Amino acid sequence: MDDVGGEMTRMAPGSSSLSQIRFSRRSACGALLALAGWPAAAQFRVEISGVGATQLPIAVVRFRDEDKTNQSPSAIIRADLERSGAFRIVDTGSTSFDEASRPDIAQWRGRAADALVGGSVTRLADGRYDIRFKLWDVVKGSELGGQSNAVEASELRLAAHRIADFIYEKLTGEKGVFSTRIAYVTHSGQRYTLRVADADGENGQVALNSGQPIISPAWSPNGKELAYVSFERQKAVVFVHTVATGERRAIADFRGSNSAPAWTPDGERLAVTLSREGGSQLFSIGRNGGDPRRLASSPAIDTEAEYSADGKWLYFTSDRGGAPQIYRMAAGGGNAERVTFSGGYNISPALSPDGKTLAYVTRSGNAFRLVVLDLATTGAQPQPITDTSDDEHPSFAPNGRLLIYATRANGRSVLMTTTLDGKIKARLPSQTADLREPVWGPYGR
Amino acid sequence: MKTLHRHLLAAIAAASLAACSSVPLDSQAPVESRTGTTSGTGAGAGGASSSQTRVAPVDVTGTSNVNFTNLPRIVYFDFDSYVVKDQYRPVIEANAKALTTNRKMHMAVEGHTDDRGSSEYNLALGQRRAEAVVKSLTLLGADPTQLEAVSFGKERPAVQGENEEAWAKNRRAELASR
Repeated sequence: MDDVGGEMTRMAPGSSSLSQIRFSRRSACGALLALAGWPAAAQFRVEISGVGATQLPIAVVRFRDEDKTNQSPSAIIRADLERSGAFRIVDTGSTSFDEASRPDIAQWRGRAADALVGGSVTRLADGRYDIRFKLWDVVKGSELGGQSNAVEASELRLAAHRIADFIYEKLTGEKGVFSTRIAYVTHSGQRYTLRVADADGENGQVALNSGQPIISPAWSPNGKELAYVSFERQKAVVFVHTVATGERRAIADFRGSNSAPAWTPDGERLAVTLSREGGSQLFSIGRNGGDPRRLASSPAIDTEAEYSADGKWLYFTSDRGGAPQIYRMAAGGGNAERVTFSGGYNISPALSPDGKTLAYVTRSGNAFRLVVLDLATTGAQPQPITDTSDDEHPSFAPNGRLLIYATRANGRSVLMTTTLDGKIKARLPSQTADLREPVWGPYGR
Repeated sequence: MKTLHRHLLAAIAAASLAACSSVPLDSQAPVESRTGTTSGTGAGAGGASSSQTRVAPVDVTGTSNVNFTNLPRIVYFDFDSYVVKDQYRPVIEANAKALTTNRKMHMAVEGHTDDRGSSEYNLALGQRRAEAVVKSLTLLGADPTQLEAVSFGKERPAVQGENEEAWAKNRRAELASR
């Protein structure tokens, strides 16, 4: 019991990176904060910013009275929109007005903003906050809508993410992913921690602390459960873990190794890699661990399964051809067809929700690099979208417009998000822990 | 047991709350999402939220226990290979002899890899190494039921380092009594 609690402790509101997170092994307060799911302060920061052809210039002014809260909704919204790659943020300085204002549209047109957002935060008698905003189309000089939401103080960040989602959807026609969640694993010394955070990296909470490795987290389609591989039993065992309650169950604990869980789109079953019959082979198993069925038989390694969103296909990594390549077969099993042909070593397939884009990691010399492949175009070549050399574990945002992945920077494993063209990247930094195995959760929070 | 453990931790947490005077009360505990009231033209954002903000932490630290025998216990492998090289014949023979002498003895053979590539593909490569060692042991008379091949992939390197020397020390299988 000497190391109850976690190393993640938020030091102060506004602290900006994991560098402020300290290892507080025997601190009662540290234990308390970890147990209470104290947010780890960290945020993805845009660091590589290219010029996208279709970036829409938007001005988001400070919301009236937002400085009376411990959050800055306008800053959260600006950071979300910038990270998406679809927007260019027009500097608004200290300008502030609310949703009921009549902004001078001509002036904003002169500042080359195509869209404008203002709003307010008002503390209610019951202690909650009423957060309101309005979105203007500066080009047309019209209003595009607005909302009012009454939320607990602890939900102000989520409310701001939802506003960013509203703006994104109004202006791009596609759903935003700013109010979704991500999961990832941190590793520091002998401590492995599975964490759940907002899509911007903030509000990180501990789902599982372990002294043994945790890999391959996978969100259930309803966003309520995480499947993952834990080594707490001195071997790889697949667990399913209800995030809100902490209830967990081993669903694959057969002889040998049990790994690589992938949910079917209906959430009823998972594909897993089992070695119980020798080798690493693909099986399907019920969400509670029943009824394991073999999906394929090969004398090679078959692993890293991922279902297409329509449930028809199962993509996976196999070295049946002598070196690892990505294959696919019908979801129920059957003959596999090879999907990747360029390069001698391709692993870790991630499929976009529309099934048209495959992201994976290719080995080139000593570099492991994230690439995307257009599956809809015959003969398309994989496009590298990073210039790093230790990329791992890509996962698509539910709208298919961003990828999250892990890579190595300054001797640490860090998390990155990137647009599919690689032009806009953001990093979740860490000084004290390795951040690994990221996976983007579904819509629906 | 696990539930009891959690309740206990929660009680400790509650008891020590007073000690952490700098904790802002409005964010001390996971709070469920509340349904916001929506007005205006909003369709996508806001609206009903299913309480998915809560994360209940679970702690499974302190469960590790590995016992190694006094026998030589490590077999190293070449890059991208799972062939048990002749130089490790003495390791295999010593352990096979122990297993055939004592039929009640059980061993786990843990495969490991260097840290390049994905966790899952390396887990499978480590599994292949572990299974190769198990096969060598059974060829010398050990019973398959005495042995379990498992893999840690790249998750538990013997040494840290991004060079061939470190990688070579990590490409291994370890024999542990269970």
